[in-house]
Amino acid sequence: MIQLENVTKRYPGGQEALSGLDLVVDKGEMVFVTGHSGAGKSTLLRLIALIERPTSGQVIVDQQNTRRVKRRKIPAYRRQIGMVFQDHKLLYDRRVFDNVALPLIIAGVSRRDAGRRVRAALDQVGLLHKEKQNPETLSAGEQQRVGIARAIVTRPKLLIADEPTGNLDPDLSLEVMRIFRRFNEVGVTLLIASHDISLIDRLGCRRIELEDGRLQQEADPWL
Amino acid sequence: MAVTRHADAVAPVRSSGVLSIWWMSHASNAVGALGRLARQPFSSLMIILVIAVTLALPAAINLLVKNARAVSGSWDNALDFAVFLKQDTTIEEARSLGFLIGQRADVETVQFISADEALVEFKRQSGFGEALDQLPENPLPHTLVVRPGPGNTSASLVLLQEEIGNLPETDHVQVDTEWVQRFHAILDIVRQAIAIGAVLLAIAIVVIIGNTIRLDIENRRDEIEVTKLIGATNAFVRRPFLWAGFWYGLFGGLMALALVYYGLYMLSGPVARLAGLYQSNIAVASLDLVETGAIVGTGIFLGLVGSWVTAARHMRRIEPK
Repeated sequence: MIQLENVTKRYPGGQEALSGLDLVVDKGEMVFVTGHSGAGKSTLLRLIALIERPTSGQVIVDQQNTRRVKRRKIPAYRRQIGMVFQDHKLLYDRRVFDNVALPLIIAGVSRRDAGRRVRAALDQVGLLHKEKQNPETLSAGEQQRVGIARAIVTRPKLLIADEPTGNLDPDLSLEVMRIFRRFNEVGVTLLIASHDISLIDRLGCRRIELEDGRLQQEADPWL
Repeated sequence: MAVTRHADAVAPVRSSGVLSIWWMSHASNAVGALGRLARQPFSSLMIILVIAVTLALPAAINLLVKNARAVSGSWDNALDFAVFLKQDTTIEEARSLGFLIGQRADVETVQFISADEALVEFKRQSGFGEALDQLPENPLPHTLVVRPGPGNTSASLVLLQEEIGNLPETDHVQVDTEWVQRFHAILDIVRQAIAIGAVLLAIAIVVIIGNTIRLDIENRRDEIEVTKLIGATNAFVRRPFLWAGFWYGLFGGLMALALVYYGLYMLSGPVARLAGLYQSNIAVASLDLVETGAIVGTGIFLGLVGSWVTAARHMRRIEPK
């Protein structure tokens, strides 16, 4: 699903966020990326989301080489990927329902179909009863679940999340991870950046650790 | 909590519904942009007012020229001209000639001024008085003042003047239309000046709307970034701003119409008084349908141009970080 070949990302200041990184994430996997801040976790996700492009090397997502995705095609490319952010990135001038519906409206799904899908997505994160509220009135955990509902409403094959539990207490974090787990069980590939190692170990998923832009170790609980 | 299949991507949009979805999206954008305008009524009103004044200014001057032209046009065709008869024409011949000309269909009235009357009048007005008494004979001819009928065109007027000028008794026809022609030349200059001024004012409107949209875009920068992050195209994020430009232009145009009509209403009293003094039935010409459409249409067009130029420039710049 995701394949990185000798990927280097150097920023204008000369600082190297990723140095010759090789990584393969198979279809249907749920993989955590850990490492200190500045280890390159976010950069990795940003390369996959085409927010940035690698300085050298190949990033292949779902058989598409991102190098060949033209600027004009980036929106269509991004629509195939669900994204969850640490700061939720919700729009506070509209209701929960409209936040979740946004990717469908962008994709040109009819209002009627959108309504059905939005409710299904909200149901999966347990927030169906809050669809008419403004995200501002929700707790941090609930806001993050709205963000997740928005990421999965288009039923993407791949979901990437950057520190999705970064602002949440342990109970809420576990709840969010359980939601991710359920998506994984129905075939969604997940790549999640997190530093919450104890939580990850409880889930028993594959974990890769980055340090100074390099793969440090593969900690696979099944090995 | 029911978990449905996620593994299939978004179903492709069925072709039958694409157009209606597109319309729905536009409709909701239009309403949304309108709502945003309404949420800041004061600043929206200010911008609309500026646009309205900028549109109303050339429209009002244009209307003024149009009215001046209409009024002077009626002067043109109903202008008296003087027919000076030859010195040897007797007063009876002159009188009967005046009567004959007065019978013509294209002539309304003929006023006969005999040489003696003309001299008395001239003495009184010129102030030469006694000096003129020294002349051995009256140097002035008999004169006919012809007032053409209202049905005349400028062409038929020239014809009438020529025909009278060719009569054997006629010495000279004096048409005093030069000042009318000068007046028309001035109106043409004014009209030209409006055209130049209108271009500058149009640029001003584009800049005003562009600047407003730019501020709007800056205010909603986060929203644009997030929307782009989840796969929105430039066209998608641009749409609400184009609608905002459309509304500014539309309301600016309608407000401009209101200003022009208010001006006409304020002028209708004085004009009626003036018309009363001249015993004529001058009425102020209002905007016709084409002009009305042109004002509103120009507003909308400039609104769209202003927002398009700005949005196109800024949408490329704002990318998720």
